[in-house]
Amino acid sequence: MADVSLQTTPRARSGRRNLRLWLPLAWITTLGMAALFAPLIAPHDPLYQDLFLERLPPFFMSGTEPGYWLGTDSLGRDVLSRVIYGTRIALCVSLIAATATCLVGSTLGLLAGYFGGWWDRVISRLIEIWMAFPPVLFAVLLVAVMGTGLTSVIVAIALIDWTRFARVIRAETMVQAQMDYVDSAQIGGARRLTTLVSEILPNVLPSIVALLMLEMGIAVIVEAILSFVNLSLSSDVATWGSMIAEGRNAIHFAWWVLLFPLIALFLTVLSFSQLGEGLKQRFDPVLQ
Amino acid sequence: MFLRTVLSRLLTTLVTLFGVAVVVFVLVRVAPGNPIAMMLPPGASEDDIAQLTALYGFDKSLVEQFFIWIGGVVQGDFGTSITLRQPVADLVLARLPATLELSFFALLIAVAIGGVAAVIGARRRGSPTEAAVDLTSGAVLSIPDFLWGLLFVLLFGVLWPVLSISGRLDPRLEFDFLTNFVAIEGLLRGRFDVAGSAFSHMLMPALSLALPLAALIAQLLKQNLKEVLIQDYTTLSRVRGFSETQVILRDAMRNAALPTLTLVGVQFTFLIGGTVIVERLFAYGGLGNMAIDAVINRDLPLIQGIVLLFAALFVAINLLVDLSYTLLNPRLRHG
Repeated sequence: MADVSLQTTPRARSGRRNLRLWLPLAWITTLGMAALFAPLIAPHDPLYQDLFLERLPPFFMSGTEPGYWLGTDSLGRDVLSRVIYGTRIALCVSLIAATATCLVGSTLGLLAGYFGGWWDRVISRLIEIWMAFPPVLFAVLLVAVMGTGLTSVIVAIALIDWTRFARVIRAETMVQAQMDYVDSAQIGGARRLTTLVSEILPNVLPSIVALLMLEMGIAVIVEAILSFVNLSLSSDVATWGSMIAEGRNAIHFAWWVLLFPLIALFLTVLSFSQLGEGLKQRFDPVLQ
Repeated sequence: MFLRTVLSRLLTTLVTLFGVAVVVFVLVRVAPGNPIAMMLPPGASEDDIAQLTALYGFDKSLVEQFFIWIGGVVQGDFGTSITLRQPVADLVLARLPATLELSFFALLIAVAIGGVAAVIGARRRGSPTEAAVDLTSGAVLSIPDFLWGLLFVLLFGVLWPVLSISGRLDPRLEFDFLTNFVAIEGLLRGRFDVAGSAFSHMLMPALSLALPLAALIAQLLKQNLKEVLIQDYTTLSRVRGFSETQVILRDAMRNAALPTLTLVGVQFTFLIGGTVIVERLFAYGGLGNMAIDAVINRDLPLIQGIVLLFAALFVAINLLVDLSYTLLNPRLRHG
C-alpha cells in the first residue's frame, strides 16, 4: 500500500476507487430495474413455447427472426426475455439468502469472539465440522432433504455459508476485544452484551458489509448450481441456472442459450465482489 | 512437545469426523421418501418390503442404526449402495483416484500459474506490470470454478473444439491397469495414449478449479516476496552480483513460501470441494459426479460414504498442512 501512494496522487486513487464502486453499482441497478419492470421490458413471455421458432440464433448471425434479439432455446422460448425475468430470482436469492447468512454467521462470530470460553469452543467446533463438508454436495443434499423451491435454496445457502462470516468476524472480534476502548466501556459500567453491540459491532461492520456483498454474488452462483442439477425451482420459472443447464445440454445446437445467462452471471458476481472490496476500502479508516 | 501437538490435533480431527458423521446421518434420515419403496417394483408384497427393510437395517431405531453404521465404518464396511447393489467402499474407492488425479493436477496448475505471476509481479514491483497482475488476479479470484468451467465449455467445446468436454477417457482405448489412477499409471507404464487422453480430458476441469486458487497464490506470494525483498540479506545478494530474478528465486522464495503454504493447504480443500460441480459439468467420472447421482437417487448409504470420505480427505489435508508448518517453522517447533 505504501508503494502505491508514492506513485499516484490521492485524487487519482480516489477516482479509481470510485469507478470500482460506481461500475458495479450501475450494473446491479440495471439488474434491479430489469427485475422490477420485467413485464414492460421483456419482448416476449419468458415461458411461451413456440416450436416453430426453436433454436433461433442471436441477432448477429444469419437465419434470425426479427424481435428475437438473443435467439430462442430448444423449446422456442425467447432467450432475452428469459435472461430479463431471470434477474428476479437471482436478485431475490442474493438479497434474502445473503442477509440471512450474514445474520446467522456474524452473530455466532461476535458471540464466539467476544465471550470466548464455551461459546467459542462450541461455535469453533461447529465451524470445523461444517468446513469438512464439500459445500456444493452439502447444498444439493440439503435441498434434496427439504424439497426443491425458493425457500429451500435460501435456507440451504444460509445453513452452509454462515461459516464464511463466523470465521472472519470471530477473528476480528477477538482483536477488537483486546482494545482499550472495550476496557474503558467495561469500567464505565456497560453490560457485556451492550459493549458488544454498541462498541465492537461498529468496528467490525466494514468487514461484515464486504462479506455480505461477496455472499450476494455467491448466493447467485449457488442458485445457478442447484438449478443446474435440477434442484432449485420448478421449470415454470425462468432462472439463469436453468437456462445454463439447458444450454449445456444443447451446447452443440444452440450455444447462445448458455452464453447470455453466463455473461449475466459473470458480470453480477464480479460486480458484487468489486462492490464489497470497494466498500471495505472506503469505510476502513486504516486504508483511508 | 511436537508429539503432543500431533496427538491433540489427531484427537480434534476424530471429533470433527464424528461430528460430520452425525450431521450427515441425521440429514439423510430426515429426508422424505422411503428408499426401500423406490427399490422394489410396483406390486411388491408386504413381506418383500419388510425383508428388504430389515436387510438395510431401516427397521431399527435411529440411534441403533447410527451405531451399526459407525461400527461398520470403523471396520471399513460402509454398507451397500441401494441403487448400485455393491459395497459402498468398493464403489467409492474405484472413483476416488479420478477425483484425486483431477484435484492434484489442478493444484499443480494453480501453483505454476500463481507462482509465475507472483514472481513477475514481485520482479516488476511498482510498475504497470504489477498493477496488471493485481487487477487480473483480483478479477479472476472473484469468479468461481463453476463459471470458469462453463466458459471453457463454450470456448473449447464450441468455438474452438480442441478438447473433449465430457468424460474421463476416450472410450475406444483398451488397456488393463492395476489401479484407477489412469493418468499416473499410464505415464509409468509408458502407455502415453492413455495418459494423454486422461490429461486432455482433465485439462478444462482442472483449469476451472485452478484459476481462483492461482489468483490467490499470485496475490499472497507476491505480497510475501515484496516483504522479504526489502530485508538486508536480499540486498546483500544483490551486492554480490545476483540478478533480481535470481535473488527472488534463490533467497526470497524460501522465506516467502512458508506463509503461502498454510493458505494453499486450506484452499486445496476448497478446490477439492469444487470438484463436485465441476465433475458434473464435464461428465467426469469422479466421486463428486457419483455423489450428486446418489443424492438424486436417494441412495442413503452411498451419500453417507462419499460425504465421510470427502470429510476425511479435508481434515487429513488440514492436519498435514498444520504439521508440516510446525515442522518447517523453527519458531513453532521449539515454542
